[in-house]
Amino acid sequence: MSMTTTSIVIESKLNPAQAIYRHVIPAGESWIHEIHKGQYFRIVDLHGNQAVDTLFYNAHDYSERYSSQDTIQQQRNIYLTTGTKLISSCGAPLLTIVADTCGRHDTLGGACANESNMVRYAIEKRHMHACRSSFLKAVIDWDHGMSKRDITSNINFFMNVPVTPEGKLTFEDGISEPGKYVEMRAEMDVLALISNCPQLNNPCNAYNPTPVEVLIWSPEI
Amino acid sequence: MNETPILWEETIQPGSAWSHVLKRGTALRITDVEGGANVGGIFYNFECPVERYNMPDTLKAQHIARLTTGSVLYSDMGRILLSLTGDTVGWHDPIGGTSNQQLVESKYGRATYQEVRNDYHKNGRDSFLIELGKWGLGPRDLVANVNLFSRVVVGEDGTMSFSAGNSKAGDYLELRAEMNVLTILNTCQHPLDPNPAYQPKPVQVAICKTAAPAADDPCRLSRPENGRGFTLTERYFL
Repeated sequence: MSMTTTSIVIESKLNPAQAIYRHVIPAGESWIHEIHKGQYFRIVDLHGNQAVDTLFYNAHDYSERYSSQDTIQQQRNIYLTTGTKLISSCGAPLLTIVADTCGRHDTLGGACANESNMVRYAIEKRHMHACRSSFLKAVIDWDHGMSKRDITSNINFFMNVPVTPEGKLTFEDGISEPGKYVEMRAEMDVLALISNCPQLNNPCNAYNPTPVEVLIWSPEI
Repeated sequence: MNETPILWEETIQPGSAWSHVLKRGTALRITDVEGGANVGGIFYNFECPVERYNMPDTLKAQHIARLTTGSVLYSDMGRILLSLTGDTVGWHDPIGGTSNQQLVESKYGRATYQEVRNDYHKNGRDSFLIELGKWGLGPRDLVANVNLFSRVVVGEDGTMSFSAGNSKAGDYLELRAEMNVLTILNTCQHPLDPNPAYQPKPVQVAICKTAAPAADDPCRLSRPENGRGFTLTERYFL
């Protein structure tokens, strides 16, 4: 399917050499990290069309967390891009997307799980590594009382999941490319949780999960 | 559509919350009494509520952003909580979310219990949280909800628009419980409803017994994914 709208590309002025934190997340790994209010947070799709399953929490109260429905409802648009405020379950902005060279990102497709893979592909797929297992491992290791109750509908950065006016939802080929990135400014102290998706059953990543890089910058002076 | 006798029925008043453990083998029929109703719903496995309705799994298993006859509602554990076995509306919204206090105050102003008694302004989020609290659940258990009787159309550029007049007086849907489902509903207005007035609508709920889904059940056959979903749900009870 071809894109029917032109995505607006907004580049960042921030220099990776000045980032205070850089980390490459291999495919199939999770990452959990605090980002302070005012800091800038970038995710780079190093090899293109990699799904970066992401959740955010208020760093001081994990029961306040990213809400996909509140986010799309407030902006009245299902796609996330520059200008999108990522809204919490309490209606407050967690982060704002301030730069985006991909053009749009999904928040309806959710994360893969052993169980959803069994439904979507075959019951024999239960053993395959999945995002919701990565999320669970990450919050267990974080050891701050989080559990499956805290795992909710996430963002899929760099994924293309269009909805048609007839109400069909499809996973389309990605619109990202190597080096494309999305950058956010934290509007409060947040905890970021990423599963770098290990999905091998879906052509959206060309059946080839790849590493991504995360970077953090101090607030602009 | 199920023709067995109604076991009990009740009106959910405008702007009210309601909850019930819908037993496997029963069905819930919800009727829009006046037309223009909205019913927000979230759903849990009563025996283990950390297993709960999952919007993305429901959408991507069936490649849908609308619910109607033949659709099922998935838990996050690959099982089917509820099946839509009857529907005269044609489109129920699974993506639009619910209202909160900020939204209701900014759209409709404040109206307190002290001033207007039980017509005070309610919002979807608080209604869900109060009803969840009665079952020992809280904000960490709040998940993306469905909006029965409402329709949100997504344009090619991603814009979401609410379709007025989606449901008429007398329209109904039937949800068959495939598990013992803690069902939390409220009749607050849809968050994208452009009506500037606070005018939530009542619905009638009726519970009846229903047969287990047959081998040729339309929800089971509507997609191969749903066939596997029913298999996994049936295995849970073996």
